[in-house]
This record gives sequence, structure tokens and C-alpha cells, in this order.
Amino acid sequence: MLDYIKSYLTSNLTPGSAGNMFWAFVYIVVIFLGLSVAVIAMNWLERKILAHMQVRLGPMRVGPHGLLQPIADAIKLLLKEDIMPAEADGFVFWMAPIFVVLAAFTVFIVVPFGPTHAVTDMNIGVLFMLGVSSLSALGIVMAGWASNSHYPLIGALRSSAQMVSYEIAMGMAVISAVMMTSLNQQGTGTLSMIGIVQAQQAQGIWFIFKFFPLGLIAFFIFAVAMVAETNRAPFDLPEAESELTAGFHTEYSGFRWSLFFLAEYSAMIAVSSIAVTLWLGGWLRPFPNLLTGAKWDLFFFLFPGITFLFLAGMCFYSTVRMPKHPLFRIQTIGLAGFGVVLGLIGLILFIPAVRERVQDIYWFSMKVAAFMYLYIWYRGTFPRYRFDQLMKVGWKILLPMGLGVLILTAGVGLWPLIQQTIWNR
Amino acid sequence: MAADPTNHMEPVATPFFFYLLGGLMLIGGVLVITRKNPVHSALALIVTLLAQASIYLMLYAPFVAGVQIILYAGGIMVLFLFVIMLVSIERSQRERQFNKQWVVGMVAATALGGLFIAVYTKGRGIFPEHALPAVEAQNTQNVGTLLYGQYMFAFEIASLLLLVAIIGAVVMAKKRI
Amino acid sequence: MTEPTSSLSHLDVEEREKPFLDANELVINMGPQHPATHGVLRVILRLDGEKVLGLECVIGYLHRGVEKIAENRTYAMFNPYVDRMDYVAAVSNGLGYCEAVEKLLGVEAPPRAQHVRVILTELNRLTSHQLWLGTHALDIGAITPLFYTFRDREEILKIFEKYCGARLTTHAFRIGGLQYETYDGFEKDVKNFLTFVAPKIDEYEELLTTNRIWVERTKGVGILSGQDCIALGVTGPVLRASGVKWDLRKAQPYANYKNFDFEIPVGQNGDTYDRYLVRMAEMRQSLRIIQQAVDALPEGPIMAKVPKVMKPPVGEVYHSIEAPKGELGYFIVSDGSTQPYRLRVRPPSFVNLQALDKMCRGQLVADVIAVIGTLDIVLGEVDR
Repeated sequence: MLDYIKSYLTSNLTPGSAGNMFWAFVYIVVIFLGLSVAVIAMNWLERKILAHMQVRLGPMRVGPHGLLQPIADAIKLLLKEDIMPAEADGFVFWMAPIFVVLAAFTVFIVVPFGPTHAVTDMNIGVLFMLGVSSLSALGIVMAGWASNSHYPLIGALRSSAQMVSYEIAMGMAVISAVMMTSLNQQGTGTLSMIGIVQAQQAQGIWFIFKFFPLGLIAFFIFAVAMVAETNRAPFDLPEAESELTAGFHTEYSGFRWSLFFLAEYSAMIAVSSIAVTLWLGGWLRPFPNLLTGAKWDLFFFLFPGITFLFLAGMCFYSTVRMPKHPLFRIQTIGLAGFGVVLGLIGLILFIPAVRERVQDIYWFSMKVAAFMYLYIWYRGTFPRYRFDQLMKVGWKILLPMGLGVLILTAGVGLWPLIQQTIWNR
Repeated sequence: MAADPTNHMEPVATPFFFYLLGGLMLIGGVLVITRKNPVHSALALIVTLLAQASIYLMLYAPFVAGVQIILYAGGIMVLFLFVIMLVSIERSQRERQFNKQWVVGMVAATALGGLFIAVYTKGRGIFPEHALPAVEAQNTQNVGTLLYGQYMFAFEIASLLLLVAIIGAVVMAKKRI
Repeated sequence: MTEPTSSLSHLDVEEREKPFLDANELVINMGPQHPATHGVLRVILRLDGEKVLGLECVIGYLHRGVEKIAENRTYAMFNPYVDRMDYVAAVSNGLGYCEAVEKLLGVEAPPRAQHVRVILTELNRLTSHQLWLGTHALDIGAITPLFYTFRDREEILKIFEKYCGARLTTHAFRIGGLQYETYDGFEKDVKNFLTFVAPKIDEYEELLTTNRIWVERTKGVGILSGQDCIALGVTGPVLRASGVKWDLRKAQPYANYKNFDFEIPVGQNGDTYDRYLVRMAEMRQSLRIIQQAVDALPEGPIMAKVPKVMKPPVGEVYHSIEAPKGELGYFIVSDGSTQPYRLRVRPPSFVNLQALDKMCRGQLVADVIAVIGTLDIVLGEVDR
């Protein structure tokens, strides 16, 4: 058994492709926990960042700077009465949140946090992610219908129409990126998430910069479509609180509601990971082929540790600025302790052996975190689209753009081949 | 992949999963036609489609499985539900679910069953004993090469048909406005 | 599409047998508990998909019988009640009432009182417009402007609090002038506020005016032509956005507005975007008026000679002012006693709300939200 466990460590495959069930299970558990923690952290960050954008403080009471607020929220949600409308369709009402969460979490099987840091490497990785995340639309439709109420029904209709529409533009953008994987060499094209990043590594360019500006446009299309796909501002019509109170989850409360919340945020992380994998080089550190040399290597070597030390420094700065009143003693100690933990993580990241193993995950997470910040930023800045305008953007702007980019990418990619054929004649 | 020394376990417990998924498909299919509530029928159909996608995966056809999930479970079923949700449920509850043409249905079912049995017994030699292993890695490429190479004409005909259908749908919808 | 009838009996779908594929009509009850109806407005929407076929406003959830209360209170005692009608523009309500009673009594407030009244009323117009902007933007999905406007509105409320002790229902004016002399540093506070708030208004505009989504959401939405406005009795910024240059501060100058130099911003299209622009311009004009008023604040008494027991002569009077939301009129009938025989308020929100059906027909549900927001109604005033 021990040999079985150890034998995987020497291989350079993901546990799924190596067929090692033990490590696959470990990875699944780690991803599940990590994702839950990420959603909780995202909850706190969103409230904090949004608050600071809106000249307010956000949560400040539960724990230092409201750090424990998400935990308090989680406890509140779990203890809340679970209400099911009398006229609701019980079974479907019960199934809907489970379905949504299942769809949102399943996609993480193929998310490549590093060349070996994924549960498995499917050769249809992107297709799998798009397909399974599109299943969450079904859950939303189920929730809206089962509630047997007008607002959820309209919310669900809006949501399903929106998701189906934007999936097409999204698919066009994705295909253009997938095409880029095979353009250096015939027959190397791949849909595998790991393969796509490796193709970027081999070609020495992130696909966002490839065939400038084609890659950029495709990325832009995806970036817009993914916001619509996850029902976030400015495309948050299915849950527009000023129009439909809360959209499809109006009748949900307590734990079931929190499942929808969990699913929404993990779906955001999932689509961001697709964007990062397809266009931003996945786990690769920024500009590995441009910023070369000993100096840059050292910089990127130290960078992960430095970010954590910086966060720790911010904690200590806030600790010093905490009120000196005895009431705040526990909070001050807590904040200092949090800072110490962050600092220790930072210091550990300086150890080369650890860094080697973890840096891929670090860069991947940083890129995804940038997308998460964008999501929050959008929410603080944009008003909400109206439904017909949303459809107009999806069908009349993004879809033709996507088709154009697809054709142009194919043309530009095949240009050398075409040229060759013409010259040879 | 079989040569990989790290691969100590059998890939998947094939018969078990086959019967599990096949059973799910059957249960789903029966529920589709027996449920009075059309939304429940649609949900059962989704179960059937997902199980079918999994069976494709077991047949080392991941691309078809992915397309099955995206198109059928993700796309078409959402549109189905979209329409069904707008239908008045109370009315459909009152409708009779079965009609009197069971004789015709029986004959058709028997004929289809007979066909299956005939194909299975007569054509045994055509099918290989086991599913083709290790083509998984090149599956998508193979599908693509076949679709755009050997079956180009059929593919284009199919897409033309779909285009006509789309235009027809648009025209029919436009007339009513 | 045939013109849908808007009587309540037609909204009742229970009576008819539902067709099997009934996608034609959906009745939605928006409110009274709904985040976007600005209080307890209930709107019954008849929808075809998301398209509005017609709507019916159900009001009265906040009815407190203010007009009836007036018949049982002396003129001075009734003064605080008017603040409770349009509670976000309480000062304007007080001004209208005080001036109406003054007209009935035949007295006039001294110039200093008039100036302070103008300053406070215009500050109040700013708070009202800021609150409108914040909530309107929130309805359309932009959450940030709300916090910006509330941050700046706070500064005005601080001035109110310092002057009369209350922030919202101020009861700032008395019949015949003011109760209190301005506090020390009033002028400085107001001037500081003016320099503080001018760039903030640019900040709001920066977030919204050229924002593509904002423009798309508001342009061409809820169009109300000038003629429709006049036919429906719609007043205030809604009327001016439709191109009718009608502002009671210029048309029938009250207080001492004729001494101040300001412009009436006018829109052209009468859509939600124009109403937004008009209100933004009005905020700037208010700043201009406040600046002039505070620069030329005269010395002198703050109270005219008004008898302790007010017994206006028998007769009736109608006086209206330009409240932030439109024409706010008071019609008072006096029978010579200490209490009004009848008092009738013409609230701008109530009259403007009549336009909702006209503005929303053929639009989408999301537009109803935008239109309710752009009408800037306060339910306290609609229901009284």
C-alpha cells in the first residue's frame, strides 16, 4: 500500500491519468476543502473590497476587520429555519441546489493547478468544463420552477436563456484558443487543460498575445461571456434584486440558499480558471520567455514568499493601529496571530524544495484571484443590463465577433501552409 | 498507458458501472413516459441523457460524451424545460396519458426488439470482442478528421439541413409578431 | 397589439379558462413589499413575457389622513405634520405650508428669514435629488452611487441638525418667518459645503453619465411627451425633461426667488436619461442659488408680526411651490376659526405617479423599475 502511494510521487502525471486512486481521492478532498475556503475568503473579500469602493468599512465587528464574518454567516445560515413553500414541488425543490452544487464542483476535476496538480487530465478537458458548468443552468431552472412563484420563475427563465445564449459566444472564443494549440505543429492540437498550458509553454507565448490582437479579442469575448454565464453584475438579471427580489432563489433560505451561494462562487472560480488556462498561461509564471535571466528568475523565485510577507506586514500594521482598549485585546491578538501565520507561510515559501512544488499552484491562484477582483470591480461599477440589451450583446455583438475571430485565427494560423502551397505551384 | 508502471489498478470496474448506468438509463426512460408532470418527465430525461454520456465515456468516446452533455443535457434540455415551465401544469395533470393504440405500439416494440436480437445474433462477428482500447487520447482528433475528411459531404448536408431548420423557425416565429 | 384595458376586473385572470399554452399574460404583483417600489407602492403588472401590457397602481398603504388631521389642529400645530408627507424634502413641505398660511393671514416673512428659507430649501432639494439619484441608480443595478450620495447628503443633514435639531423631519420654518436665528458659523458651514459638494456631483456624473450601460438602460425608456405631461398634470423635473420650461420659482416667484439668478434646465426627449440630466443640472443650479443667498444674507429680524392665536379671515387660498419633485400646492379654506375648515394638499408624487401606466406600456419589466425610480415618488406623499 505504501509503495502504491509512494510510487505516484515519482511519476509526472496527474493522479487520475496515472490511475492512482489514493492520490486522486486526496486531491479531490483537498480541492473540495480549498474551494470551500476560497469561497469563504471570497465572501469576505467581496464585502470588504466593495465596501472600500463605496466609502464604507464593511464587516468590522466579527473578528479583527471582520475576518470571522464569513464563518459567522455560515453558522447563521446553517441554523436558520429551512422554509419550503407549501405549494412547491418538494422533490425538485430539494434537488435543485444539490444539482447546482454538484455541477459547480465537478468541473474542478480537470482544473490544472499545475502540470501534476489536477485530479485528472481529460483529453476533452475544456469540453468537459463547459459542458458540466452548463448543467448548472438546469439546476437554476429547476429551482425557479419548483418554487412555484412568479419571481423565481421569471428569474429562472432569464437565467436559462442567458446561459444558453452566452455559451455559444463562449464556445467560439474557446475554439479559437484551442485551435492555437495546434498551429505550431500539425496534429498537436488538444482539448486537455494541461495540454493547452503545455502548448503555450512550448510555443513560448500566452494565447492572449498570440496573433495579436486575435487572442486578445477572443479573451475579451470569453471574459464578457463568463460574467454573463455566472450571472454576475452587470449581467445579474436572473437575481436582480430591484426587479425580481432575488430571482430563482427567492424562495430558498438557510442551508439550501447557501448552497446556491457556494455554487455561484465556485462557478465564478471555475470559469476564471478556464480563462486563465486558455489565455493566461495557466500555472506558468508571468512572461517566462520575455523576462529571463538570473535577476528575473530571482525575482519570481522570491515573489510568492514576498506576497505573503506583504500580507503579514499589512496585518501587523493593522494590529498596531488597533484601538488600545481592553475590549479589543482578543481581536488584536487574533490579527497579530493571523499575521504571524501569513508570515510563516511566506517564509516557508522561500525554501526552494517547497517553492518548487507549490509555485505552480501559487501562480494559477494569483491569476484566478485577479479575475475574482475583476468580478468585484464590475459589481461596484456597472449598472445592470436590461434583458433585451443583454441578448443583443450576446447574439449581435459577441457571437459575430467570436465567429470572426475563429475564422481569422484559422486563416492566420494556416497562412504559412497556404503560402507554401501557393509557392510550390 | 498500459505500459505505465504506476498503473496498478484496473481502470474502472466496467461491468458494474455498465449495469449501473444502464439501469439508470432504463429507470429514467420509464419515468419519462410515466410521470404526469412534464417537468418531472424532463428531469428524468436529463438523468437518462447523463447516464448515456457516461456510457459513451466507458466506450472510450469522450468527445461524444462531452458533446452529449453540452448539447443535450445542457442546451436542449434547458430549452425543453423553458417551454414546459410555461405550460399550465394543472391542465396536463388532467390529460390522459395513454391512448388506445397499444396494439400498434406493441407491434412496433416487438419489431424493434426482434431487429436488435437479429443484429446481435447474426452480426456477432462484425463487432470486436472488446472495445478498442487506448484510442482515447486521439479520440477528438479522429472524430474531427473523419467528420471533415471522409464524411465531409454528409456533415455539410446535415449542417445545411440545420440551417434550413433555423431559418424556418425564424420565419415561423416572425409571422406571428 | 390591441390596446389593453386597465380596469381591475380585467386583471383578474381566475375567471377565464386558461389556455393550454398560456404564454400571453402573466399577472405579477409588484409590492407592497418590494425593494424597488420605494416604499409601499403596489403595482399590479400585466405582462406578456417580460413586456408590460398595462399596470395598475394600488396606493394607500401609508395613508395617515394628514388632510383630516389638519381640520383638528390649529395652524401652528399642523406645521410639523407636513414634514411627514415628503419626508425626504421636509423643508420644502414646511415652506409651502408656511407661505400658504402667511398668504391667508396677509403677512410676509422678513428678508433675512426669506434668505435662510431659500438656503435651507435648496439644500433640501439637493438632499432629495441625491437620494433620488442613489436609489434610482441602485434600482438600475449600480450600487456604488448610493453610497456616494449618502455620504454627501450626510453633510447637508448635519447642517439641518445644527440649525433645527432634526435631520429628516426638520420643522425648520414657522408661520411668519423662523423660530431660530441661524447658529454661529452657519454661513461658513454652508460655504464649506458648497465647495465640498461641487466636485462630488462631477463624481456622480463620472460614474453614470457616459456609462454605456446606464445610457442604454435610460435612453428612450419611459418617454413622456410635453403634452402628455400637461394632460396628466405632471410637474417638476419630469415635466422639464419633456421640454416644458415650467418652474414655479420663475413662473410664480415665491419666497424671494426672483432675486436670484439661476437657469431652468430643460430636456428634449422626455426619457429617463433626460430626467437624469435635468436633475443633475438642477443640483448645480441649486448650488448657484445657495451661493448667492448665502453671500447676500441680510441682517435683520427673522419673524414677522404674527398674532399668538392665529385666526385668519374667512376665505380660501391656494399656494404652490416648486418642491424637488414638482408642484407642491396647499389649498386652505378658513372659516375664521383657529383651525382650517379644510386643507387639501396637491402632492407632486401623487400626481406624477399617474403617468406610470402611460410611461410603462410596451416597455419591459426592468423598465418599470427604472421608471418608478425616475418619477422620484415618495410614498408618504402619495398616500398622505
